[in-house]
Amino acid sequence: MGIITSISTWLIPCFILLVLIVSTWKKVPTYELFVEGGKEGVKIAFSLLPFLLGMIVSISILRSSGALEAFVNLISPFLALVGIPPEVVPLAFVRPISGTAALGMTTELIATHGPDSFLGRLASTMQGSTDTTLYILTIYFGAVGIKKMRYALKVGLLADLIGILASIIIVTIMFE
Amino acid sequence: MVNIIWAFMAIIGIVYAMFNGTMNQVNKAIFESANEAVTLAIGLISVLVFWLGIMNIAEKAGILQVLTRLLRPIVVRLFPEIPKDHPAMGYILSNITANIFGLGNAATPMGIKAMEQMKQLSGTDTASRSMITFLALNTSGLTLVPTTVIAIRMQYHSIAPTEIVGTTIIATVISSLSAILIDRLFYTFSK
Repeated sequence: MGIITSISTWLIPCFILLVLIVSTWKKVPTYELFVEGGKEGVKIAFSLLPFLLGMIVSISILRSSGALEAFVNLISPFLALVGIPPEVVPLAFVRPISGTAALGMTTELIATHGPDSFLGRLASTMQGSTDTTLYILTIYFGAVGIKKMRYALKVGLLADLIGILASIIIVTIMFE
Repeated sequence: MVNIIWAFMAIIGIVYAMFNGTMNQVNKAIFESANEAVTLAIGLISVLVFWLGIMNIAEKAGILQVLTRLLRPIVVRLFPEIPKDHPAMGYILSNITANIFGLGNAATPMGIKAMEQMKQLSGTDTASRSMITFLALNTSGLTLVPTTVIAIRMQYHSIAPTEIVGTTIIATVISSLSAILIDRLFYTFSK
């Protein structure tokens, strides 16, 4: 564990060091290339703004109206029958849609039930084991102007479903 | 599909608010979240500028190509459409490496570059097979150390903040493998 975290902190500075030493050695104009590449970053960030804003506003309308909560309350008794704790159902639904909302829910579950409780561990695993599908699709397809996503969303959401079910099964086996 | 999902989230929300008496919250959320989106996009500028700058040097100095050659055997099977020495490979590998070590803000700019290169290969505004495989990998996580979650657990005085690393890795591996499998299935049936 300690090794992995220290690799994570060393990796970026060492990568930058390697790039700068090799490029200076090869007499590549480092600073000019940096600026040239960076300009592209500014352009991408601004062209992403409408994609992000549109998606985030629509999601927050759904959440703030209470519709998502009502839907989750409606189906959680059925999910409880197959062993899915009702407390984590909202998190399972929000995780692929909104990263910040999911992080908020995870924090709340950890705060209410304790980080070392079954629910605390389950929420932690669910939060850590998958990424926000809708955000990633918005950013990557938005940045390069892809209009037809084909089956990308279905693949992403199905994989999320499997990841969430896997989290529940694994945490149950390892900690109960 | 995205058009429908996008419009429906807002339509359902507004109609539900009419009957649920939450129109006030909805109204507030519209402008607060728009603001939040701007903050997020502005925040992206710093990492995008920095990483695209560094990666531009790495590409011109030939470092990206070396990385590609080293790790290629692993990734080449996942992306059969991309020519072996194409720069897209280099960016895909950098993105995967950054993701595995939990360096999310380095992973995004490299992922965008990878998508750009893949778009040049396909030349249309329709998602190519490689793009979808790449996104499937990214949406399924790939992270080995969930740093944010560990930080939250520490904040709430967990006895063992890192004990969820094991379960997280197993869950990530399962969801990534299924993402690849599901992607293959969809590709086969879409032909």
